[in-house]
Amino acid sequence: MEKILYLAHTDSNGSLPKPALEALTAAMELSKKLGGASLSVGLIGASIDAAAQAIGGCGAAKLYGAAGAELGVSRYSTDAAAAEALAKAAGATLIVAPGTTRFARAIPGVTARLGGRIDTRVTGLLAEGNTLKVQRWYYRQRMMSTQSRAQRPWVLLVDSGVFPAYSGPASSPSVESVTVALPALKTKTLGVEQATTGPQTIRPDARMLLVAGAGWTKKQSDGQLHIKDAEALIINFLEKTRASLGSSKSLVDQTGEGHEVISILTHLNQIGQTGSTPRHAKGLSTCCHGEEPHAVGWRFINERRAINLDANCGWAQGKADVVYIADAFAVMKRVNELL
Amino acid sequence: MSGLQIVVCGSLVPDPLQTLEPATTPTGPGLKNELMLPAVLDPWAGHALYEAANLAKSHPGTKVYLVSVGPKAKLQQLMMNIAQKVPFELVAVDASASGFTDPFEVASALAGAIEKIPGLDRSRLLLFGGCSSASRDAGVTLQLVGEKLGITDQFLGVDELQLQGDGSFKVYERIEGGQYQVSTCQSAPAVLGWATGKLPIPPNNPQVGMQNMRAIMPALQKAAAVKVGAEGVTYDKVEVPNQRRETQIKKDLSVDEIARELVEWIRN
Repeated sequence: MEKILYLAHTDSNGSLPKPALEALTAAMELSKKLGGASLSVGLIGASIDAAAQAIGGCGAAKLYGAAGAELGVSRYSTDAAAAEALAKAAGATLIVAPGTTRFARAIPGVTARLGGRIDTRVTGLLAEGNTLKVQRWYYRQRMMSTQSRAQRPWVLLVDSGVFPAYSGPASSPSVESVTVALPALKTKTLGVEQATTGPQTIRPDARMLLVAGAGWTKKQSDGQLHIKDAEALIINFLEKTRASLGSSKSLVDQTGEGHEVISILTHLNQIGQTGSTPRHAKGLSTCCHGEEPHAVGWRFINERRAINLDANCGWAQGKADVVYIADAFAVMKRVNELL
Repeated sequence: MSGLQIVVCGSLVPDPLQTLEPATTPTGPGLKNELMLPAVLDPWAGHALYEAANLAKSHPGTKVYLVSVGPKAKLQQLMMNIAQKVPFELVAVDASASGFTDPFEVASALAGAIEKIPGLDRSRLLLFGGCSSASRDAGVTLQLVGEKLGITDQFLGVDELQLQGDGSFKVYERIEGGQYQVSTCQSAPAVLGWATGKLPIPPNNPQVGMQNMRAIMPALQKAAAVKVGAEGVTYDKVEVPNQRRETQIKKDLSVDEIARELVEWIRN
């Protein structure tokens, strides 16, 4: 019988971030699917009281907490020490946690300390009899695997956007405080900075993704570069739609090739092979050829449209729903006017 | 900080322009014609290597090692290209580079190879690698290697590392929402899983290539064969989901018609 530990960390406000609430749903579903499984909760943060109350009605048999000022920041050594202590206190055989950047950094090392195994970017949990199977992607969203493991403890970092976020009645559960032996702290967290000083362009919760391809920075029909015009069109569109901005090609590649780049784009905007794989309801690609290394990052974009001058571009090869053969500068200018 | 020892973990992955199909092999899932597929250095690991070489250039006495786990013949092909980019010393481990191997087994092979590097001073060690591979894409191997080597200062999704004069360094890590978490670390050793970094891909330099290859060929010849698999994992099914869409190509619409159609689609 599995002993499931749902593990989460609080955010800077002391509440649980959305991916953590989604992972809680996953853990709750799993505890129901696996016969005889028990569910406990482990929380990490500067203060965990608010988070514990918010999920107090989740039905967990026990709630463990590791709290303290040093656990309020995202840092490998302290996060790993806290997660290890919670996992050992719970005696967990299955650990379900959100795939946040904080846990993606710390939890693999915790698994090594526990002598367990880990699977990350989990997008599905199946129970056949009492056997747990997980689904995850390989080769950057090219192929999907359904697999199980013999080793325990088995740690699962769940991808965001797969499960609905938990919302249940608040209550005041009793929390068993777990003492964490903190290591010597060599790393100090200074804070968080925006990647650029310009407008915010990455919006994970946006309904729509706009991808700006390298074509925006190439010579246009008049033989000239129009990078500032491109930038203005893109910013105008983002302001009107509140879309999230992606780029098709690494700025590293573009700067290496001597191209001027659009100033609001950073490496963090990159979608695809060496970028992200965001989840949005709609995606509009502009001035982008839809090559496979970029298009693999569109796996979780539902409705896809593209504007391209080339009718044989990658988007036209079954990767988009609609491809408009047109000049993106002209179309986006008109779109902005209509919006 | 000077005289660092930077160990970059990175191996080969299929060229991202290749079409990949799963295949069943005697040892579990693999790729169809896997040994025939053209390979490249794992992109994020590549960025880690270029950042390491850049640090070595500006900090005299710094040495860069590339530790690669992969089939010896494929590694040799890969090195013909990579060796021309930046100076490094190769430590090769002859084993599978499949995405379907378990990161614990890969991490054991990597840690074993790193521990055998002659004269490696762990107090000056920066362990580099990609924040995630383009094959398994789990983003865990580097942390596991770090744990096996006893390194508890780890950073993931790094885009910038600034070495300070007193041996400390400042790190910019990618976090959610297009932001960076900024941290300082007092000293090595540390693990840094790189994202794209800030550097362009270096141009080929035949002189660097010739210099590297003198040591790379002996390193490949003495590469120890290690069994790397996925013990305890049962793969039920590996498939490429059918994602091909019925694309409508609209060639003859005016700019205004396209814009109106897009606006309606955006608003719905």
